[in-house]
Amino acid sequence: MQTEVVTTKSEGAVPGNGLDRENYINAKHGIWSWLLTTDHKRIAILYLITITLMFFLGGAFAAGVRLELMTPKGDLVDSDAYNKLFTMHGIVMVFFFLIPSIPAVLGNFLIPIMIGAKDLAFPKINLLSWYIYMAGAAFFMVATLFGGVETGWTFYTPYSTAFSHTNVILAAVGIFISGFSSILTGLNFIVTIHKMRAPGLTWFRMPLFVWAHYATSLIQILGTPVVAVTILMVAVERLLKLGLFDPALGGDPILFQHLFWFYSHPAVYIMILPGMGVMSELITAFTRKRVFGYEFIAISSLAIAVVGFLVWGHHMFVSGQSTYAGMVFSALSFLVAIPSAVKVFNWSATLYKGSVSWESPMMYAIGFIGLFTIGGLTGLFLAAMGLDIHMHDTYFVVAHFHYIMVGGAIFAYLGGIHFWWPKITGRMYPEYWARVAAVLVFAGFNLTFFPQFVVGYLGMPRRYHAYPDEFQVLNVMSTAGASLLGIAYLIPMLYLTWSLFAGKKAPANPWGAKGLEWTIQSPPTTFNFDHQPVVTEEAYAYAESHDTSHDPAAPPAQAHA
Amino acid sequence: MTETAAVPAENHDSHEDHAHPHVVPVRTYILVFLALMFGTAITVGASYVDFGHSYLNNIVALAIAFSKAALVVLFFMHVKYSSKLTQLAVGSGFAFLVILFFFVFADYLTRGWLGTPGS
Repeated sequence: MQTEVVTTKSEGAVPGNGLDRENYINAKHGIWSWLLTTDHKRIAILYLITITLMFFLGGAFAAGVRLELMTPKGDLVDSDAYNKLFTMHGIVMVFFFLIPSIPAVLGNFLIPIMIGAKDLAFPKINLLSWYIYMAGAAFFMVATLFGGVETGWTFYTPYSTAFSHTNVILAAVGIFISGFSSILTGLNFIVTIHKMRAPGLTWFRMPLFVWAHYATSLIQILGTPVVAVTILMVAVERLLKLGLFDPALGGDPILFQHLFWFYSHPAVYIMILPGMGVMSELITAFTRKRVFGYEFIAISSLAIAVVGFLVWGHHMFVSGQSTYAGMVFSALSFLVAIPSAVKVFNWSATLYKGSVSWESPMMYAIGFIGLFTIGGLTGLFLAAMGLDIHMHDTYFVVAHFHYIMVGGAIFAYLGGIHFWWPKITGRMYPEYWARVAAVLVFAGFNLTFFPQFVVGYLGMPRRYHAYPDEFQVLNVMSTAGASLLGIAYLIPMLYLTWSLFAGKKAPANPWGAKGLEWTIQSPPTTFNFDHQPVVTEEAYAYAESHDTSHDPAAPPAQAHA
Repeated sequence: MTETAAVPAENHDSHEDHAHPHVVPVRTYILVFLALMFGTAITVGASYVDFGHSYLNNIVALAIAFSKAALVVLFFMHVKYSSKLTQLAVGSGFAFLVILFFFVFADYLTRGWLGTPGS
């Protein structure tokens, strides 16, 4: 059984294409074969479909926000409806799209394959996590249908517990439930990575994608229970009038912010760390080069996960938190920039003297480096206590975290979806349209969010539906950018769906990339590997072999059906 | 680390942890149970004693509660007999709880150090 799988299979019309053979998609048929599956790849597809729906729902709420902000007067919706729009946008995008996005789709699909296993450690728990996610989403959708919630995605007390008359508890229960889905995914990944690596796959031979997910899983397990407890405390205070956060009942509203951000700041890293993992795969594959400073990138993921737990107070500089605590949180927030910068510099150094090619996943990856750097450095502005007094709760903050979450996480997600689409579906997408979409996403994104840095610095607060006339030009630019971005998101939706039916058949390794997932057929069989793979080389060993599989002109790349 | 390198992945799942379960004598469980009951009793008793400051009462009550929780985790949840990896996982949970408490108190205990501007 100890067969080393390093070469591409070459039977059939397209080498390594499994669409005409048994694969995980055609192995079983019928709706129940999907809804009761324990195959990590099928569960990844279930997640892909549901989070895509959530993404467009969250996008619709964002469209409402941007349309309202086209004019200075609050004329499209009233202030209550506007409050609901930005709240629902935030909740859907954070809890139901970004947090599960890369881990539950790409992580689920790829981690067992990347470490040479046939599934995750707990396949049934993996399926359970999807059902829990769906249950949480169902509660949230009921809250939406009954009129939504308008507390902001942060549910700050005392507003959420004492004043809001909207569906706070229903929405909170939805988030509480979906949190357990996140915990179970993290648990599954940690056990799988510890226990199921293929022979020869030592920790420092693992793909950096796996390292990033390991760090993410730590945060999911250690942080998510805290936000679950916090949300429960909000519900208890609303229902039973127990004095936890409400000063009138003897509670402390700032305690809520401590507990909330203890999870929700690291949650930012739940969103961006898997994206960083995707980045390391994309950059190496399209520079055909060993990654620069492998160990530093691997350890920096863990450093981000740990130090990311020590910085939450930077959300609370103007809340009434102690100035002394603020100083500590400010200093620690500057520290977390170090491992983030380690990654950016190492990706950049990997590009140096690499054979860089510009396929669409690489375009997203290059976009990520620049946008994440802007998002990260503006985070340092906000982590400086004095400057934060000026910029707190302005559009500068909105622009900053969208550069991380859209410019970072969603760019990485789209890059990853394109990169592994041939592996997931066995089909190639049209590269021309993918490049068009990548350019439009980049342009639309910057047109949307760069003006928000300016308008925020000039003093426009977030969460208001009316604003002074002099801010209109920048807001119109932002709305125009959001329209472009919306169209740019629809293009991949269309051509990826089209490719399922009419795309060229994908070979096992269309990019000439390294990694165990590229050694098996596209799409893989149910148990991934015909033989137990044995790993004999480090990750990204592009320099070790100069065979034809790395040459874009060689058969695996051009042999389409 | 190369802990799994020599073992085929397909047979290398969580079963090995359960292959030789540690058998704990019934006597140990009874002793731990009695210790927990004793802890409950002195928690109730201590609540009637005034230690001088209210925070001292809190510290005593929490110390008893923490000791009881430690007994449950170590004996009833078998962490005392588990692998180093399991102990590390349990320990890291507590380490992060300490982080949460430490920084929350870093705020609460220093909030009064600076006067409120204008007052």
